[in-house]
Amino acid sequence: MLFQSLNHSIPSMSFIELKHLYKSFGPLKVLRDLSLSIEKGSSLVVIGASGSGKSVLLKHIVGLLRPDKGEVWFDGARIDQLPERQLMPTRQRFGFLFQMGALFDSLTVDENVAFPLVEHTKKPPEEIARIVAEKLKMVGLPEVGKTMPAELSGGQRKRVALARAIALEPQVIMYDEPTTGLDPVRADVINELIIKLKHELNVTSFVVTHDMQSAFKIADRIVMIHEGRIRADGTPDEIRNSKDEIVRKFVLGEADEEELRALNA
Amino acid sequence: MPVRTIERIGSWTIQGLASFGEFCTFAGRTFLWLTVGIFQWKNLRLLLPQMYEVGVRSVPVVAVTGAFIGMVLAVETHTQFKTLGQEFRLGSIINLSVVKQIGPVLAGVMLAGRIGGALTAELGTMNVTEQIDALRVMGADPIRYLVVPRFLACVLLLPILTIYSDLLGVLGGWFVAVKTLGVPSEPYWQYSAQGVDTWQVMEGIIKAVFFGGAIGLIGCYKGFTCGAGASGVGRACTESFVTSFIAIIVLNFFFAHLAQEWYTGLYGIRGIF
Repeated sequence: MLFQSLNHSIPSMSFIELKHLYKSFGPLKVLRDLSLSIEKGSSLVVIGASGSGKSVLLKHIVGLLRPDKGEVWFDGARIDQLPERQLMPTRQRFGFLFQMGALFDSLTVDENVAFPLVEHTKKPPEEIARIVAEKLKMVGLPEVGKTMPAELSGGQRKRVALARAIALEPQVIMYDEPTTGLDPVRADVINELIIKLKHELNVTSFVVTHDMQSAFKIADRIVMIHEGRIRADGTPDEIRNSKDEIVRKFVLGEADEEELRALNA
Repeated sequence: MPVRTIERIGSWTIQGLASFGEFCTFAGRTFLWLTVGIFQWKNLRLLLPQMYEVGVRSVPVVAVTGAFIGMVLAVETHTQFKTLGQEFRLGSIINLSVVKQIGPVLAGVMLAGRIGGALTAELGTMNVTEQIDALRVMGADPIRYLVVPRFLACVLLLPILTIYSDLLGVLGGWFVAVKTLGVPSEPYWQYSAQGVDTWQVMEGIIKAVFFGGAIGLIGCYKGFTCGAGASGVGRACTESFVTSFIAIIVLNFFFAHLAQEWYTGLYGIRGIF
């Protein structure tokens, strides 16, 4: 189903639905009539050039940004108009991996992973410690609990952030450029981890990336955003074999002729 | 040309009002959280480290500045009072200045410099590294988690720091006036008691509560709204100190005016001579 019409009808039972989103920052129009639906348990990867609005889209789903126009629905309820406090229970159903991890500098790794459990559950400290150890083991870092985030490498920080994101056993995990800034081996560890978590926790994954190797490995479905709109929507194979020039160039990592001309001028 | 100037003034006015509106919303949300579970352990455990940072660690700097200001006041006023043959009345003017104005204002300014900028830098860095967004995504309101404890620490501890500042100012003034400039000790304290009453000491302490609130709110707000990158955080820190300083001076003026009205209404004019 490549090159869907922007106004295509969205299945009414989708887990996450974005309807005709518009978002601008000053004169910069980032999202322009963008509609998208995500099924429960699927892995959707959103690709697109830097600055195309991928992260902005991601932040709309968890209410970190509000659309200028359009609607955001999660599990049958509209959430884009909810005030911050009413949004909190919904947000607890999401895990979010930020681009740089966003670990709290002043807390140890253990305290970071325990944070959502301390905030939202009444579990005793021993139970919380057990869950923290289990989640750190799940991301392959059982030994780092007592260290501070500043002492970890980039890849380790992302894995700890992932352990924190899954601490409350969310239904959806959002990944904002999970492999950016990592070497290919570390990036592959993160890819494998995303696949493993999907199978073990049966979560819906929403990944934003421009790493095509990662996208093809993780995705059930890939959506490409270009100039604030959906340019392509299909399975990894459909995207790989796309005849659309913009999609093809992005997938192959080829620079635009116009940009090359500007470089040589 | 005049049209452009008017446009620019209009744009600045709108921008200024919008920022002020945002700040009021921010303050409103902070006050709202103050009413919810303030005595719960999970909130208190956030407050104690902030109280240590704001209060305990500010004591030396506030004490030293307070003492030296008292000493300077004694040196500066002694010559003038001696010319009039009234140096034994020095205590009233030095101590009144210290407890009513210099103690609270100086403690406020020192806190704005030491803590206001640090709050902005800390929260600004958390903002640009998406840690504040991470809090929101995890269903924890950053206002409750970050702003309320810092605001409360400033509100609760600036009055106590002011008492320290007052005390050291009074002792510093006494030391220079009595011990080095030879003013007799007994009339010094007698005239101090005549010139300064409990209400005037309280006036300084009460306004310190508001100075503390202004420093806490401005410091946190500037951190939450800082621009991207290191330069954004740096600029926000400078703005935080300057705005806090101006807020202290302006609030002090209104307090002085209000207190004067109340005081003269209740007790009439109390002369220091």
